[in-house]
Amino acid sequence: MQPAGSGRAPAWRADLGPALISALLTVVLMLPVFGLHLQRAGAITIVVPHWQPVFWAALLVFVVQMLRPQIARLQLGRRIPRLPRPTLSSRQNTLLLWLVALVAVTWPFLAGRSAVDIATLAMIYVMLGLGLNIVVGFAGLLDLGYVGFYAVGAYSYAMLHHWAGWGFWWSLPVAGAMAAFFGYILGFPVLRLRGDYLAIVTLGFGEIIRLMLINLKSWTGGPDGIAGIPKPTIFGYELARRASTEGGTTFHQLLGLKYDSHHTVIALYLIGLFLAAVTLWFSNRLIRMPVGRAWEALREDEIACRSLGLNPTTIKLSAFTLGAMFAGFGGALFAARQGIVNPESFTFIESALILAIVVLGGMGSQLGVILAAILIVVVPELAREFASYRMMIFGLVMIVMMIWRPQGLLPAKRHVVEVS
Amino acid sequence: MAQHTRVAAEPFLHVADLSMRFGGLLAVDGIAFDVPEHEIFAIIGPNGAGKTTVFNCISGFYKPTTGSIALQGRNIARIGSHSVARRGVVRTFQNVRLFKHMTVLENLLVAQHAHLLTSFPAGLLKTRAYRESEQRAVETALHWLDIVDLREFANRESGFLAYGHQRRVEIARCMVTQPKVLMLDEPAAGLNPQEKRDLQALIRQLRDKHGVTVLLIEHDMSLVMGVSERILVMEHGKPIALGTPEEIQGNERVIKAYLGEE
Repeated sequence: MQPAGSGRAPAWRADLGPALISALLTVVLMLPVFGLHLQRAGAITIVVPHWQPVFWAALLVFVVQMLRPQIARLQLGRRIPRLPRPTLSSRQNTLLLWLVALVAVTWPFLAGRSAVDIATLAMIYVMLGLGLNIVVGFAGLLDLGYVGFYAVGAYSYAMLHHWAGWGFWWSLPVAGAMAAFFGYILGFPVLRLRGDYLAIVTLGFGEIIRLMLINLKSWTGGPDGIAGIPKPTIFGYELARRASTEGGTTFHQLLGLKYDSHHTVIALYLIGLFLAAVTLWFSNRLIRMPVGRAWEALREDEIACRSLGLNPTTIKLSAFTLGAMFAGFGGALFAARQGIVNPESFTFIESALILAIVVLGGMGSQLGVILAAILIVVVPELAREFASYRMMIFGLVMIVMMIWRPQGLLPAKRHVVEVS
Repeated sequence: MAQHTRVAAEPFLHVADLSMRFGGLLAVDGIAFDVPEHEIFAIIGPNGAGKTTVFNCISGFYKPTTGSIALQGRNIARIGSHSVARRGVVRTFQNVRLFKHMTVLENLLVAQHAHLLTSFPAGLLKTRAYRESEQRAVETALHWLDIVDLREFANRESGFLAYGHQRRVEIARCMVTQPKVLMLDEPAAGLNPQEKRDLQALIRQLRDKHGVTVLLIEHDMSLVMGVSERILVMEHGKPIALGTPEEIQGNERVIKAYLGEE
């Protein structure tokens, strides 16, 4: 909107106003977060203003705003470069797959304990991401209460152990089945809703499940949760210093090794890796099956689907149920890793995080989701020094991604049925 | 044999006293007709006459306010659109509704969903029965693509096809469901004269060779008069005439409805 004619103002004058407003907004936003520090002085707490970071941030925003035309001219960051995706022959593909599998299995024996532990968590998020990807990516149903099913899985194992003394492997299928069952009964009434409405209702369900866990105190332990959940056994042998039963044999005794808690961590990681691989295989098959095609068709045009005799409710319900099932498996593994479950672990922010993994990776793209899950778990751990800025950086990354690469890190490539 | 007499005694598709009210608007009022098996039956009328509403009632997208619809003596009104489709009544849409991001072949595979082996264990483990079921589906799809002469586009994303081709894909997509009644909502809209002639031949072929009963809404009079055996004319939601093309062409009320009074 440059004024025409001879009295034309220099270009920078036009940028001045917006730049000042941006700087002012920065001050407003930064002030409560960085500008005011709480300081303890004995018994009382006082607020100490801290102007410097606010000033620098405002200045930075101002300068960047003023230089915007120049930056735009540089054409930098217009597009985040496309990740290379070489086309491999099926033989190379298999080879690569085996190589990745080999590395994934062997590296924990060479790595430190905490790294392996974090990798286990990453595997849990891979499972959750792939599970939610079935619901959001494949079937296009926005589910904001996914964490509810994760909680059902975790509590299934915790409660089965606590009340019935069940082990991990017996509880695992039950955890999956319970989560799937919850997915089914919650999905049934709501799946006729669309888009935003569905999102809100699922959000409510996630919270209801969490509140139930808090309030069914006599069963779930209320806010304290359930502790003392054992690690998985391996072929029936415990991974512990001493067998919990008289005369029992532990895994390290069986192999004649010295007990090392590192082994437990590695075993847990390998179980996580195995379950994540199963999830990947499962969802990879699903999208190629008739039901996968039906999900995709339903995402595109529900009316056309109905006119061809596809029942939208059952097809959506299958996605919802299967997605919930994987959350259940992930939950059981999570309970085993933590040794304790409480409602704190299953707040809405967890649902948002899992959804972020799916969106960041690329909806419907399994490889992308795996990559995003690993990044979202590992990167914050690598950058521990910046822990207090974690959510801010996270938010920033999401914004940048959504502007320049809304289709995700590795956009989904459709699997196409071809004929010659 | 008893079955046969029963079917013969009852009209194939029976619509009686059909009306549809939207709030204060009576969009369809007192429509009734019977369609014998293998007939090509057209519904015509000026814009806004309620033809598509009748279609939506029959195909289960609307629940009619009053009236009954039966196929071979079994009620199909108010049972839900996907159930109607599973009973063998499928339709196309005025503005083509293909799954645009899927290939032509995949569109035809999705349509066969009800006929496929959809058990999870079978699909996950790729059992022989599953592979055969998928193979049959692909063969059926290709068979129909040959009939509508679009085989070469099988691997194309359907949204990128020319409009006329999209319309033919939509018809093929209906046919792979092995329907008894095929409902075409303005199939000739947007087609050029050659394509219209092809469409007319195709509709005939579907009836003669593949035994479907055809219900047709169309504005193109040469197509309607050329292909249909009986025609229902609607105006303001009401039936004003029902008869053969010759009878309809000579009917004064119809002429008035189309050309206006005086």
